Amino acid sequence: MDYQPPPFFSRGPAPLVRLGFFVSLAVLLMVLDARFRYAESIREALALLAYPLQRVALAPGELFGASADFFTTQVALKQENDRLKAKDLLAASDLLTLGALRAENVQLRRLFDARERVPRPSTFAEILYQGRDPFSRKVIIDKGSQQGIEPGQAVIDDIGVIGQVTRVHPFVAEVTLITDKEQRTPVEVVRNGLRAVIYGGGDKSTLDLSYTATNADVQADDLLVTSGIDGTYPPGLPVAKVSKIERNAATSFATITCIPAAGTDQNRQVLVLSREAGLPAPPVEAEPRASGAPKPKRPKNRE
Amino acid sequence: MAYFEQPERILLPVNVAYMALTVVLALLFNLLPWHDLTGVPDMAALVIAFWCVHQPRRMGIGTAWFVGLVMDAGNGALLGQHAFAYAFLAFGAITLHRRILWFSLWQQAAHVLPLLLASQALMLGVRMIAGGVFPGPMYFAGSLIAAALWPTATFLLLLPQRRPDSVDENRPL
Repeated sequence: MDYQPPPFFSRGPAPLVRLGFFVSLAVLLMVLDARFRYAESIREALALLAYPLQRVALAPGELFGASADFFTTQVALKQENDRLKAKDLLAASDLLTLGALRAENVQLRRLFDARERVPRPSTFAEILYQGRDPFSRKVIIDKGSQQGIEPGQAVIDDIGVIGQVTRVHPFVAEVTLITDKEQRTPVEVVRNGLRAVIYGGGDKSTLDLSYTATNADVQADDLLVTSGIDGTYPPGLPVAKVSKIERNAATSFATITCIPAAGTDQNRQVLVLSREAGLPAPPVEAEPRASGAPKPKRPKNRE
Repeated sequence: MAYFEQPERILLPVNVAYMALTVVLALLFNLLPWHDLTGVPDMAALVIAFWCVHQPRRMGIGTAWFVGLVMDAGNGALLGQHAFAYAFLAFGAITLHRRILWFSLWQQAAHVLPLLLASQALMLGVRMIAGGVFPGPMYFAGSLIAAALWPTATFLLLLPQRRPDSVDENRPL
């Protein structure tokens, strides 16, 4: 006779079995997320679940900010107004010059039969909070796919580039800062137009100009701006300033440390720039092949 | 803490809605816009460990795993990282639950501390494999503070289950 315990003692599978099941599920998710980026729909659903919690968590801070705004004294407002007026006056003269320069530039480009650059539409956004993830440098902004934010868009503040939109949820989006270890930004040196790729240092305030030859013409205090050749970032936005250069003859690359130009950790207000439309498609090899399309023939170098 | 030194107190049955509320509040705490994360305790981990010790039939590895997933999605971390760590944490707490309640509260905290540290170490390991940067040894300070909060958490989380020492008709509680 087989013996069965009464059903009210039943407690389901043993803890070790459950642990094995859920851990393998978690590992599967992590691999999918880190290697293949297949888990985005699950993440989106969960993020929607967490969204009300996030709003509630942010409410006290917003309330405090709102009441602080309300009690700003008249003197402070007056001073700020005067300062802004002075700044406006300065900016106006710059703007006039800029207008003239832009017109001249358009004309020159036409002369060289170059494509005209159109100013890009941009979206104003506010940083909600920094992700609770000490391993990466990311911030969450308060605009999402509902407001037309798309992955890959550049994010700037009033000084320069702070990062790039990497993940978009319906109401919020995740911006990877240029200081993140996984983030690369195409730059050029203003002084001589040398192109390079800048890598995030992983900590709060450094960037590395990796894979630059030891004898490359880079000096301390050189300003690095976006080169714009990728079509993601508009050209000429300040990215970083070179702070330290170590040239070691034993290695083929120089170690160049830079400091971000923009306030990657300071500002709350940012601008999300939309991508430039009308760029030619990247080379076929770089894209995943569409099903049914004939395999592109690679040029044979040997012949 | 004389209250807790009385050896046996018969508690009222737990209210599952209260358990859910505490988990949601812990998540809320974790999603607060912290500027600097060093030393901020992971409240969700603490609450999960607490309920796994006190109510292992109602809070289990599956629930912990799901709470971890919400943490991952809300923070933009690697999806599954917290779920992985919390599943191990819940398993450890359930393994300990028969023994741990015989100790005093601070000794209980000493039991919970290695569990919290181990779950953080798991997350660290996962992220290092996935190509993260080591955030410095102060990363583990949050667990020390969370373990130090164990007696307070015990007091607060068991509050609705306590009953008055002497029943008085005229007293509401």
